[in-house]
This record gives sequence, structure tokens and C-alpha cells, in this order.
Amino acid sequence: MKEFFRRRKTSFTTGGQSEGNPVPDDMWVKCSACRELVYKKELTDNLKVCPKCGHHMRMSAHEWIGLLDAGSFSEMDTNLLPTDPLGFVSLGESYAEKLAKSQQRTGMPDAILSGVGMIGGRHLALAVGDFAFMGASMGSVYGEKLSRAAERAADLGIPLLTINTSGGARQQEGVIALMQMAKVTMALTRLAEVGQPHIALMVDPCYGGVTASYPSVADVIIAEPGANIGFAGKRLIEQIMRQKLPAGFQTAEFMLDHGMIDMVVERNQLPATIGRLIRLYGTRRDPSERRDPVEQMISAITYP
Amino acid sequence: MDETTNPTEAQELTPWDRVQMARHPQRPHTLDYIAALCEDFTEFHGDRRFGDDPAIVGGLAAFAAHTVMVIGHQKGSDTRENMKRNFGMSHPEGYRKAQRLMRQAEKFGIPVICFVDTPAADPKKESEERGQGNAIAESILVMTNLRVPIIAAVIGEGGSGGALALSVADRILMQENAIFSVAPPEATASILWHDSAKAPDAARALKLTAQDLYQLRIIDEVVSEPVGGAHQNPQEAITILGARLRANLDTISQIEIPTLLKQRYQKYRVIGHYREA
Ligand SMILES: [Zn+2]
Repeated sequence: MKEFFRRRKTSFTTGGQSEGNPVPDDMWVKCSACRELVYKKELTDNLKVCPKCGHHMRMSAHEWIGLLDAGSFSEMDTNLLPTDPLGFVSLGESYAEKLAKSQQRTGMPDAILSGVGMIGGRHLALAVGDFAFMGASMGSVYGEKLSRAAERAADLGIPLLTINTSGGARQQEGVIALMQMAKVTMALTRLAEVGQPHIALMVDPCYGGVTASYPSVADVIIAEPGANIGFAGKRLIEQIMRQKLPAGFQTAEFMLDHGMIDMVVERNQLPATIGRLIRLYGTRRDPSERRDPVEQMISAITYP
Repeated sequence: MDETTNPTEAQELTPWDRVQMARHPQRPHTLDYIAALCEDFTEFHGDRRFGDDPAIVGGLAAFAAHTVMVIGHQKGSDTRENMKRNFGMSHPEGYRKAQRLMRQAEKFGIPVICFVDTPAADPKKESEERGQGNAIAESILVMTNLRVPIIAAVIGEGGSGGALALSVADRILMQENAIFSVAPPEATASILWHDSAKAPDAARALKLTAQDLYQLRIIDEVVSEPVGGAHQNPQEAITILGARLRANLDTISQIEIPTLLKQRYQKYRVIGHYREA
């Protein structure tokens, strides 16, 4: 898997995709947690986990594909593009303009990437958010791609992995965005009906309408160490509610302590953990019976 | 609100005017509707896990020819009651109480009526500790496949996920001066205008009025209010909404459950605006 990461040419200096400030010599990256300079290649090999302090840096949606078996991923629904249904304008800038800027900066049509791939040689559907695209806020395209991913997983009889990082529902799509919480939850009932698991990985940061919908009712909820996860933002609680917050509030470890998630897993252990889960759930049926039809159905899909 | 508002002026109400009306303390709240429209209301308490949340009320009642499970956010009409009701901002145990009552309604084949009236879910430290995100998510999940008819009526503020947690339904009715928004306009203004005082601008941009949401096909019906708004004549507002609840309940009670669930799936599945290139 590390090889796959290395193979991908990911630049740490583009846009807001990556934490870790680039320093003039682009061989080195400064860790935002420990402020140490880290050799960029070493960081890439280490799945963007700081080798000095263990800080899990943010990854783009494309970087997250590296979690899958090398070369196994086929992206789907790439033709879904956002619109500006409300004609939303704030501070002289239209939502349409904001979308165009984010698209240019990230090279993504919207804040989510979805498709089908493998972990540990087993198929799964994947949907992953990209925080660099408007805080991976959930709007119509996010909701539709995720719903299609869930329905596709149900049709194929394979698990769904969602990788979630988000500021919440996308304000510029108003209640249409809010309703995506219900829509995605609806679509996931299909997956439940066919007895396939939804595994949700929550990574830094994950808030608002995303925390308050599908990942929080997944069959398995995994979080990365130190990830900030919550419903209401810390600033709101401190400044508007005027409450003092303890250190470690709303971290993955806090969520584990309070019974809200199943486990905190370090990034380099994720493929093994998820692979093990898929294997365990998969033994419910005879894999040899399931395997071929799935492969056939997947190969019958025409990728855009 | 201007006491002399007449129907002609009502045409010219700004979205921010509607926000003020939706928040008016003299507007009838959930328990007012239940008291006037239902008989034998028997309130149930507690989530059986942590506590009882006064910001959400619920219980069995007789409504028209039906036994119904009524559940709603509860605001207060004065400061004292609002302190008790946490201004209608529900805690996790409130949503979990609602889920418990919905599951019970399903068990006995009783339709659910939800009254939606909340600024937002409670955003305090304690609610985070008890899993506010999970509580809202569970409510949404319960409502997606609950095997009884569900009607939601937005009677004031439909604020954010806290409102959605009681409004995944087969029919969504909304009073003409109620609002339904992805976030309180002050919050949106603070995020996108960097100034919560720009809430009136945010209210306009968010398309949060019943009229807008009917056009966007998010809600099924706009329910009229007395001249000047529901607070001007609560009794009339209650009567009008009661008639629409009854009509809708009579209709959807006739639908076979598998069909109802298919329709509910479709209703939410198609919400969204995107382009297919
Ligand atoms: Zn570090």
C-alpha cells in the first residue's frame, strides 16, 4: 500500500488540500502540530502521519484512495456537477462563483469522490469527502453521490466504506442541503436490507450535519487518533454558550470514552482493520458463492 | 410585528419578518395544539437511558377518529417556561425519547404527528458528551423506515438538524409564517457574512419561508394563518392547522404500509439539485 501512495504524485503545496506548511525548499514540510521539519518523502511514505509526533495530517479525497488495494479503484458518478439552486449570494460573491473557484483549486467537481475498489482483495463501495472543497460541506452532489454509492453497494451486495470529514451541511443550498441528511440515511436502509455493513471512518474534522447523520449510525464507526469530531463547533460552545471546555474535548478519544464510536485506529492500521471487518462480516455467506457474481456485475458497469 | 398587518401587507413580508413571526412568543406552541386538537392526551416521559427532556414533549392522544402519537419540540411563552424548556432546543435525551415513542407507535400501528418548532438542537457541552450527533442521526434513521404514517407540521422555527430529527415524514405541512432552515440565519450570517447582524440578508438568501420551500418541493403544503400571523389569533391558527392535519392523516392512513414506505423513500431520494454532464 505504501508503494501505491508513493506512486501517486500528490503535491503538498497545492491549495488547502494539505496541512503542513510548505517551506521554501519543497523537500521539507513543517508539521502543524510539533512544528518540526519533516522530509517530504518520509511523510508521503508514512501516509502523511508526522514521523516525529504522530500527528495525522489531513488528506485529500484522492490521497485517501491509497487506502485501497493498489490499482483497484474505479471512480463513478464523475458526471454529477453542482448547481446554484437558490441563486445564493453572500458578500457580493455568488455560490456559483465560489463553486468554480473550489473546482479550479481542487480539481474536483464537488466535495466527494466515490466508486468501487478493494481492500484485502475484497470489493467495497467507497465515498470519501475532501475538506479542501468548501469544507467538504454536504450539498446535493454530496448527497446524491453518497446515495448512489449506498444503493450500488446494496445492488452488488458489497460493504460501503465512507470516509467523513466535513463542516456540515452546505449553507448555500439551504434546506436542500439539510435534507441530504435524510436522503442519504434513506439510501443506506437499502444496504441494511441486503445485510451489508456500512463502515464509517471519521477523520479530522467532522462536524454538524454530517456528524448528525449517516456516519453516526454506521454499523462500525472508526476514528483517527486526535481527530476533532462533534456536532456543535467548539467556538460556538465557548463563545455563545460561554462554557469552558476541557482539553481533549470532542477528540476521537473523547468520542470513544463517551461510547459514540467503536475504535480509534492509526492510519497505517486502517487497511488491515477494515479488511478484517469486511472479512468477518463476509463470512455470513459463502464467499465463493458471492464472489463471482459480484465481480461480473462490477465488470459489467461501464465506467465514465 | 405590526399589529395592523393586513393581507395586502402580508404579501410584502420579508423573509426576516417571517423569522420574527415564527419566533413570536405568543405564537401557539406544541402543547397548545395538542390541548386544543386532541382528547385524552397522555404525556410520556423519559428516554429510559439518561433523563427526560422538557424541550421535547410526546404521548398518546385521540385526534379525530385516530389514536395518534404526538411528539413535538416545546418552546415556552415566557422566560420562566423557556428556561425550563431550554427555548425548545432539544438535548440528546429528547430525541431519544422521541425515538422511543415512535418505535412504540410502530409497535401498535399508531400514526405519528410531529410538531416542529426549534431554533436548533442544544449546542452545549453536556449534549456533546451525550452524543447529540448520534441522537439526531438515530431519529432520522428511525423515521426513514418507521412502519406507520408520519406527518410533520412546522409551526414555528424549523432550525437545522434539530428540526430535521422530527420532520422526516410522509407529509410535511408548514404554516405560512413558519420557517425551515439549514441553520439559524444568525449562524449562516456569521459564517458567510462574518457578521451575525447580517441575519436578515442570510434569511433572504437561505430561502427559508414556507412559500419558497413549497416551490422547491421540500414541503407538501403551506397552511394559512390568521390575518397578522398565528400569534394574533392562536385559536384560529390551531383550527386551520387541525383541519389540514386531519385531512392529510385521513388520506395517508389509507395507504398500505409497503407503498407508504416506498413513497417515503422516493420523496427524500429525489431531493437535490445537480447537473449530469
Ligand atoms: Zn509532528
